[in-house]
Amino acid sequence: MKNAQLHFRQPLLTSPFHVRTSAANKLNNWGPWAGYTTALAFTDETMEYTAIRNQVGVYDLTPMVKYQITGPDAERYLNRLTLRDVAKLKPGHVHYTAWCDDSGKLLDDGTLFHITPSKYMLCCQERHLPWLLDSAIGFDVDVKEISEDIAALSLQGPCSYAILERAGFEKVKTLKPFQLAEFKLGRSGKVMISRTGFTADLGYELWTTPDHALEIWDLLMNAGALNGIRPFGSNALNMARIEAGFMIANLDFVCATTALRPDRTRSPYDMGLEWMVDFEKGPFNGRTALKREYDTSSTQWAFVGLDIEGNVEADHSLIYFDKKHEVGHITAAIWSPSTKRNIALAMLRRPYHAVKSHNLWVEIYALRELEYHKLMVKAHVVPRQFFNPPRRRATPPGLF
Amino acid sequence: MVSCDAIVIGGGINGLAAAGKLAASGAKVTLLEASDRVGGMCDVGHLCYGLDDRLEKSLKLSDHGLAWLSTNLPSTALSETGKHLVMQGAWGETLAGDVSAADQAAWQTLRTTLLKNASVLAPFKSMTAPRLSRDHGAPVWKLLGQGLKIRGMGKDALREFMRLMLINVADVLEDELSDDRLKGLLAFDAVLGHFAGPRSPNSLLSLYNRISNSVAGQQAALALPRGGMPAISKAMEAALNARGVTIKTNAAARHIGIEADRARSVTLHSGERLQAKLIVSALHPQTTLMSLVGAPQLDTGFVRRTQNIRSRGTTSMLRLSLKDHPDFRGADLKSRLVIAASVRAVEDAFNAVKYQAFSAEPVMECLVPTAFEPTGKHELTALVQFAPHDLKMGWAKGKPAYLKGIMQQLERYAPGIGKLVLQANLQTPAEIATRFGSPGGQWHHAELSVEQMFFLRPAIGLAQYETPFAGLYLASAAMHPGGGVTGTAGWNAATQAVKSMGAT
Repeated sequence: MKNAQLHFRQPLLTSPFHVRTSAANKLNNWGPWAGYTTALAFTDETMEYTAIRNQVGVYDLTPMVKYQITGPDAERYLNRLTLRDVAKLKPGHVHYTAWCDDSGKLLDDGTLFHITPSKYMLCCQERHLPWLLDSAIGFDVDVKEISEDIAALSLQGPCSYAILERAGFEKVKTLKPFQLAEFKLGRSGKVMISRTGFTADLGYELWTTPDHALEIWDLLMNAGALNGIRPFGSNALNMARIEAGFMIANLDFVCATTALRPDRTRSPYDMGLEWMVDFEKGPFNGRTALKREYDTSSTQWAFVGLDIEGNVEADHSLIYFDKKHEVGHITAAIWSPSTKRNIALAMLRRPYHAVKSHNLWVEIYALRELEYHKLMVKAHVVPRQFFNPPRRRATPPGLF
Repeated sequence: MVSCDAIVIGGGINGLAAAGKLAASGAKVTLLEASDRVGGMCDVGHLCYGLDDRLEKSLKLSDHGLAWLSTNLPSTALSETGKHLVMQGAWGETLAGDVSAADQAAWQTLRTTLLKNASVLAPFKSMTAPRLSRDHGAPVWKLLGQGLKIRGMGKDALREFMRLMLINVADVLEDELSDDRLKGLLAFDAVLGHFAGPRSPNSLLSLYNRISNSVAGQQAALALPRGGMPAISKAMEAALNARGVTIKTNAAARHIGIEADRARSVTLHSGERLQAKLIVSALHPQTTLMSLVGAPQLDTGFVRRTQNIRSRGTTSMLRLSLKDHPDFRGADLKSRLVIAASVRAVEDAFNAVKYQAFSAEPVMECLVPTAFEPTGKHELTALVQFAPHDLKMGWAKGKPAYLKGIMQQLERYAPGIGKLVLQANLQTPAEIATRFGSPGGQWHHAELSVEQMFFLRPAIGLAQYETPFAGLYLASAAMHPGGGVTGTAGWNAATQAVKSMGAT
């Protein structure tokens, strides 16, 4: 048996796909993610991004933190834990949700998979096992971390359905966005395929056991060869997710568990997740605090999209009203190749996100040959979904 | 379905006190007690170290049969050689038994300081602990008022007060006194009922807590009611009956019904359901919130804090029926008889409990009730320390061994007592826990130590007798200012409940 106390000898685990991803990583460009060695880019991050938007790409999703919740009280438990009404999530469906502490501040956001009537999987960015276990007191449920028990790939891009069809999974055709189904893999394996992703494009995620990891990798790579399938790294994914307007815990907001400064925590209202909050479904963590925030309209922040003039990326810049008063900051920004706009995700103090959004300026320190050039650039508040093509939602999916 | 203004769950001293206060403010009250009679854990004790004055006066307990045989019982620090030391008068006004002149003088100085410091803390007990957040201003002003009074002690006294606030009792005793018998007795008093030894942090605070209490106006009292401790709950019961409180015994609560964030009803094990605008539970907060309301109704962080309330009991109750009165080498049987030879003896006895074992040489306080009120029979009661509720070897095997150790210890101080025993009844913390439904069998429900006191009692966010649900209040000994047979927590809780309900 593995001696758990010797974990420090391997600070970063390798995923079951490592044999393939390390062979493909011509740049030898790695970074840590949730305790795993992860490819940041394989050959060229712009080409990898282009594959997501115009062909198809494969991303190793294994490091994603995954919990399995089973038992007769699973639905009640998840209803108390998370913001949305889990009773509305039928087996075979997935929903995007979030969860809060007692003060109604976000602990994380993630996707909840309803696999069978009494079995769910919760995927997220950060680790929460103690919170999930303490939340289980008084419920007949079993909560287990299964991050290392599952090998997962994300297949994203317009050609993703075409590849699955060629790989023998033509039945995914009927899957609508946020639906899932189980398939046989080879002689003995099983793979769960969900129509989900983090790119705002047509895409699927494939979940199997580590012993079938290489089999599914090879299956997809062979099926996609003619479509120019290629693995993509976290850098390309980050470009796609900013265009999609998706947030990441501890990048766009600080998890309440780890926040040190009292003003750093964020409520679902701050982050534009108010549509998740369901006061009618019964008690859930943070309900009293959120009700108070709702009733008193005391929300401080707004998470918005910004369209910034010019083409200089504004990552982590401060935002000013009338070039004078600091009213927010940018949490993620890129030059968006698909929309040809200089875009950003930003936290703005209210009401500068709405009634006072006409006179906002971003202070960018542009590093030009070792010298910072300070730019004050006009910014416009826009919806966060910068990229949202109809092919993302079309069922049956397009055969590109 | 029965309907009334207020339901009080639990007929221990705090439940009785809460019911009394509610009835006094004009509410139609129903009190629910799981067993066949009220009194709860206060009947496990044998002496009263404090009874809230407000309770005694408002409920006119003396009219309902409560009388004190003594409020200043002497305490005898027993010696194995018969050279006993006796604290006489109000908390040792005088010391008898071959005490050196130096110790006599040192004790008088220490006694004055400790009583004074303790009396400074007394007013905090009758108030609701303040919230520290900015939007709850008023109680903080009250707190500041008390703070100013402390400041008024003068610079030197204040400095001494601050120095002693969180110190351990052993250090103080060893600094000031030399007589082992006296030091052992005081060390024992500081840790009686606690999961602490004399060298545990802030153990002097628990001594302060004890001597800040009073009975019938007597500070630091050691009081014995006529008829023993059950006389207190009997008088309370009579007082409540006189005020029209409905007392239902054999009525164990199973569930508190919450609708729209408000407590609405109590369902009994029998299935009967009672409705009221106000529900005051004197059960341990863990029982009230986790079992009766249910963890799924609460936020996870709140569940964590409730789960983490420490409630480790260490005190066992021994009752011996004897053929004849025992002889503690000539000690006056009309006194409290304490076996605690030295600070070290108390500390050693405590050490065992840290490792889920019982003391090999336990320390104890004995009383011979039949010496005060002869019945023709002979009885000895003793509060014995230390034993854990979760004994490592298991209580089935451990109880006979622990009883044997206790009897051996008694034999050292009262030779021949073993032969007098007709019947021995030992109740371990585990049995006290089961019998009274109090987790850990802890006297004070929640341990009384500084991190579980005042606005931290029993946990952050729970210190104002209020719960996350309107109409549900906590009156347990786990609430500020804690247990003993004072009834203060129950009285305070009902006061707060009446105030809050009046405001809505």
